[in-house]
Amino acid sequence: MHEIFLDELKKLNTQFMEMGVFVNDEIDHATRAFVDHDKARAQAMVDDEEKIPHESLDIQQKALKLMALQQPVATDFRVVISILKATTDLERIGENAISIALETIRVKGNPRIPEVEEIISNMTHNVRHMLIQVLTAYVQDDEKMAKDVAAKDSEIDEAYVKARHLIIGGIEKDPSAAVASSSYFVVTRLLERIGDHIVNLAMWVVYKTTGELNELANPTEEKTI
Amino acid sequence: MKEIITAENVKLSYGNYEALHGINLSFHEKELTALIGPSGCGKSTFLRCLNRMNDDIENIKITGKIMFEGQDIYSPKMDLVSLRKEVGMVFQQPTPFPFSVYNNVAYGLRIAGIKDKELIDQRVEESLKEAAIWEETKDNLNRNAQSFSGGQQQRICIARALAVRPKVVLLDEPTSALDPISSSEIEETLMELKKQFTFIMVTHNLQQAGRVADQTAFLMNGNLIEAGPTEKMFIAPEKQITSDYLNGRFG
Repeated sequence: MHEIFLDELKKLNTQFMEMGVFVNDEIDHATRAFVDHDKARAQAMVDDEEKIPHESLDIQQKALKLMALQQPVATDFRVVISILKATTDLERIGENAISIALETIRVKGNPRIPEVEEIISNMTHNVRHMLIQVLTAYVQDDEKMAKDVAAKDSEIDEAYVKARHLIIGGIEKDPSAAVASSSYFVVTRLLERIGDHIVNLAMWVVYKTTGELNELANPTEEKTI
Repeated sequence: MKEIITAENVKLSYGNYEALHGINLSFHEKELTALIGPSGCGKSTFLRCLNRMNDDIENIKITGKIMFEGQDIYSPKMDLVSLRKEVGMVFQQPTPFPFSVYNNVAYGLRIAGIKDKELIDQRVEESLKEAAIWEETKDNLNRNAQSFSGGQQQRICIARALAVRPKVVLLDEPTSALDPISSSEIEETLMELKKQFTFIMVTHNLQQAGRVADQTAFLMNGNLIEAGPTEKMFIAPEKQITSDYLNGRFG
């Protein structure tokens, strides 16, 4: 009987990881489309926006079924609950990527603040790296790696604050670019939110591994909004 | 929390067969401890050591130490009757004696030499109330205890165990012969009673252990594998084998 449970759990884990990798690619596609002003690419993402919520719902339904029918406890309980909770964060990251795509479609004019675009590229690179690492920590039950990933969120927050200053400076220089520059605010803010969801994912990896549920965000961190 | 019973390196053999390989476990006052483990793991055997219910088995050898309130219960000076007054027991099958509810609950008091009718009346009522069976029996105290339902009989047995004011009550799968509703009523009763008494319960119903026990101890093949706060055992046990057992992977 228990073999069936373990088999289901394995499938669920695979599905979760596949969703994670897909979401990670979406972040890349969205920010590239934004920087390249590639509205067609952004539109393709928006057209397919149901994919991630649909996948998330499917994973959650399967996890809930395992909870209800198999009533796992101890290690098995932690695995199922972690998937259930982590999937929601993964879905939110996906939504943020779609929002970046929407902003790409919405943006009018052609604002260029190269320094901000560089920050967006760096933030993208960093959150994607963090996401892959947290997924790896998830698979390997690596508590330390998860905590290290969470600690890197402060760099994302710093980049966000720096980007805001640059955007404001850019608008001051050329007030006619204000409307267009507002997109930079939106996109950097979305990337910063993605970082926060990755911290939540790291928290669930720690719970899955140890049974301890604690906030991993740096308590001294300056509120970024 | 004060430790009321402490087992140190308890080993038990039937002839050449060693059933318990050295159990170390403490029980805190006014807590409920669940002993869990696969059939034949030694949990009932261990439970029965705690009020010397195994003494009369042939070829049995028990070593190690079991301290009850600082006294070695296997010391020759220990008075068995007074030990069992302090450490009572309720069994898997309800075992009411074939006479009235009143006489069942009064039984231990009379054995203890209490003759004061008023005191016995009072104690019977108190005990039946504590065991949450008073409402169903107060108008039928002279009815044969065996004519009640299984769940009611078990609560009458709990009342009988409580009447002599024990400090500890040992429960050997007290609800496994009962339907879910009766089981749930017994659980509720235990939750209330553990404010006053210490319980040590063998159970195969793991969800029940999760619901009522403060501490859970997992035994396997005559060894204590792991013991700790129930919440920890059910969320993050130290050992993978504990998790496997709790999830029904064997046993």
